[in-house]
Amino acid sequence: MRKLIIAGLLALAPLCAETIVIRNATIMTVTKGTIKGSIVVKDGKIAEVGEKVMEPQGATVIDASNQYVIPGIIDCHSHIAVDGGVNEGSVSVSSMVNIKDVINPEDIAIYRALAGGVTTANILHGSANSIGGQTLVLKMRWGKDADDMIFQGAKPGIKFALGENPKRAGNPAGGRGAGTPVQARYPATRMGVEDTIREAFTEAKAYKAEWDDYKAKAARGERAIPPRKDLKLEALKEVLEGDRYVHAHCYRADEILMLLRVADDYGFKIRTLQHVLEGYKVAKEIAAHGAGASTFSDWFNYKMEAVDAIPYNAAIMTKKGVTVSLNSDDAELMRHLNSEAGKAMKYGGMSETEALAMVTLNPAKQLGIDNRVGSIEVGKDADLVIYDKFPLNDFAKVQKVLIDGHKYFDRDEEVSSRPGKEAEKQKLIEKEKQAQPRTQGGRGGRG
Amino acid sequence: MKKLAIVLLSICACLLAETPSTVAIRNAKIVTVSGPVIAKGTVVVRNGLIEAAGENVTIPADAWVVEGEGLTVYPGLIDALSTVGIPGAAPAAAVAGGRGGRGQTATPTPTAVAAAPRAMGPEDRPQTTSWEVAADLISPADRRIETVRGGGITTAVTFPTRGIFAGQGSVIDLISGEKAGEMIVASPVGQYISFAGGRGFGGGFPTSLMGVISYVRQIYLDIDHYKLVKDAYAKDPRGMQRPEYDRALEGVMASPRILLPANRLVEIDRALHLAAELKQPTIIYGGREAYREGAADLLKKANVPMLISLRWAEFPRDADPDNEPSMRTLENIDQGPAAAVALKKAGVKFAFYSDGVDNPRDLQRAVKKAIDAGLSREDAIRAMTLTPAEIYGIDNRVGSVEKGKIANLIVTKGDLFDDRTQIEMVFVDGKQYKPATPAGGGRGPSTDEPGGNQ
Repeated sequence: MRKLIIAGLLALAPLCAETIVIRNATIMTVTKGTIKGSIVVKDGKIAEVGEKVMEPQGATVIDASNQYVIPGIIDCHSHIAVDGGVNEGSVSVSSMVNIKDVINPEDIAIYRALAGGVTTANILHGSANSIGGQTLVLKMRWGKDADDMIFQGAKPGIKFALGENPKRAGNPAGGRGAGTPVQARYPATRMGVEDTIREAFTEAKAYKAEWDDYKAKAARGERAIPPRKDLKLEALKEVLEGDRYVHAHCYRADEILMLLRVADDYGFKIRTLQHVLEGYKVAKEIAAHGAGASTFSDWFNYKMEAVDAIPYNAAIMTKKGVTVSLNSDDAELMRHLNSEAGKAMKYGGMSETEALAMVTLNPAKQLGIDNRVGSIEVGKDADLVIYDKFPLNDFAKVQKVLIDGHKYFDRDEEVSSRPGKEAEKQKLIEKEKQAQPRTQGGRGGRG
Repeated sequence: MKKLAIVLLSICACLLAETPSTVAIRNAKIVTVSGPVIAKGTVVVRNGLIEAAGENVTIPADAWVVEGEGLTVYPGLIDALSTVGIPGAAPAAAVAGGRGGRGQTATPTPTAVAAAPRAMGPEDRPQTTSWEVAADLISPADRRIETVRGGGITTAVTFPTRGIFAGQGSVIDLISGEKAGEMIVASPVGQYISFAGGRGFGGGFPTSLMGVISYVRQIYLDIDHYKLVKDAYAKDPRGMQRPEYDRALEGVMASPRILLPANRLVEIDRALHLAAELKQPTIIYGGREAYREGAADLLKKANVPMLISLRWAEFPRDADPDNEPSMRTLENIDQGPAAAVALKKAGVKFAFYSDGVDNPRDLQRAVKKAIDAGLSREDAIRAMTLTPAEIYGIDNRVGSVEKGKIANLIVTKGDLFDDRTQIEMVFVDGKQYKPATPAGGGRGPSTDEPGGNQ
């Protein structure tokens, strides 16, 4: 019975959008400075922010005295919540595959990310291929199904990758293939990666022309059989038509420039450069192309192409006019992106707001969703995180997380529910152990 | 006494090796499944068909009469998804997630097509044998036929199961015949699709679950185009490039329905999305987490039937005590067998399939687990008789004790699926078979491979 009530409540809770007031907090809005005041949330949106607000009657009040509120953290590079492998590593152009098909809303990493203040994440295909799979943006709506996790209205993307990762699959003696008899796959060099991307877009252009031709014929009333729909080229055609963002994994300055030139040649844009550890060397060129840069805080030297990495990368690119975000690329790091942002203050002297923007507003801009999320402003989605301390601090703990005005994480509730969950588990283990001797008689005929 | 009975029974069996063409079982309880239970009645079998079944049935003069006092007649059981009859086949598995992680999904095993050249994309039709039809692969000599028949299974819907588009299934009657052709009841009845494709990093396309799904999607897009081109060519071939014959597409097009794997709740959701997108009549097989809140409603909404694996999750034996199973695993063990009840409540059509649980005693125990979890005995019987027949559209010939249907019957002493109930006789196509000795263990060497739900 109790279970039923809880299940019922869980089912109902996200349905009825409550009116919530977060009172007496230090609010880091990102776009409008840091204020001491309150936030009113109505119908999943931020209705009012200010030192003094009109508190609607019957609103649920969250007292956040001595606490901090920031916009939900956005991770521009994550691989969580994916079933059955993040790489379609068989071919170096795998644009036919789509992360959307394999979202696993039950991945515990979602809940852990939520507990680290992340409300939105760009879920990417892996970096094994020159052109990887189709990607999408999720909100960490823990407890919902795959469809309901999707950030509706966010433009889908595609993953590219340059350098060591896509080329090592071409070398049977190196990388993941070592020790196992794998057939080498083209490409095996950086030159080959460029060629692979060029070839794919040459093919995509021909494909687009074929469809354009068919559509023109059909418009003229001529009888024609439509071309074969090719999922691989369909996604690249969308890139050419500007309907799909390119998120490109890269490290070295030379390969970054290569990709920007290829994109210019074929007439498409690189939306974000991911990792981009040598971005500081070519920041002007990146800014000129209009690409965003999503990098690590201070990771370096973990592979050859990362030896020239410097922790000032984010700050330097920012100063050269690039929109910079800090990403996790990792389920664990994803849980403390707030302290990653803090590092940008130490290395490069970013302000509090600039640093916080690197995990909120800037990734929102890079994903084209800054009209919806990324800052605490009236009209934006009520994706809010309450911390007990100054958030850009290792010791700050997330207290509550709201997405679309619904509470998806509450530290007190989480901690207090643990003994009950553990007891329930031990009960089941005992039950199954008791049942065991009986089932042991049932030795089947397989053996 | 017991020994004597066995001796007598075996003598009987020997004497009746050639069943007369007309048999009447009288004074027996008849569980027709399609209609009410007949407390005391007669079933007449002639030339492999049920000639009559009811309370007041005249026994033909030429009939061999079986005294059915104290016995119960049921329709023969149907294994809704099997590989029996296909020599060397592994039991049908329900690997749905590829490298799902967290121990919830079995790891995909390398498939039979490992020797094929490395596929570079969907165009190479990787791991596809969609054109293979079970009916063409059946060997009457498969020893599993006798094993599973001992458990009361008279009919199996048997499929080639290796690959992504593994091939087309056929319904077979488990007779010990000489010619495979005699065994076929209906064919083809569906295309077996698995998501277990992938030979790991460095293998051909596809290696990932998303790769497999994109491949399945591309096949149906290709079918759309293939049909257009073929139709246009058939209308007027002059001046037109001849379309290339594609056996992979032909095989999929010949299949009246598809079978998709799904064990976890998220997999059920995913399979239903795919089914809706492909617009194909679909059956979902697996169902380990079909007991979970929401699963049955999803299936009901999509009006998709489910085949539930009888290989229930089990508590790990001799496991490292420090390595506690996850809560999810524990719930699956505890509540897995309640899947059928949940589907029944929601009004979802469901049937059981053996998933390699071939040994009669194991099969009986597995079904009993579902009954113990709250499924009525009637519903359990229906899930192995009339419902699978309905799901495959063959309920006009098998699945119940009705006049005119194929004479597939089992005769028991006691209620079917009870611990101590013995199956006394099995009739397939009107021929009587001696049930294999129960405790003997699996006979077929081909059952050695693990099933999908392990």
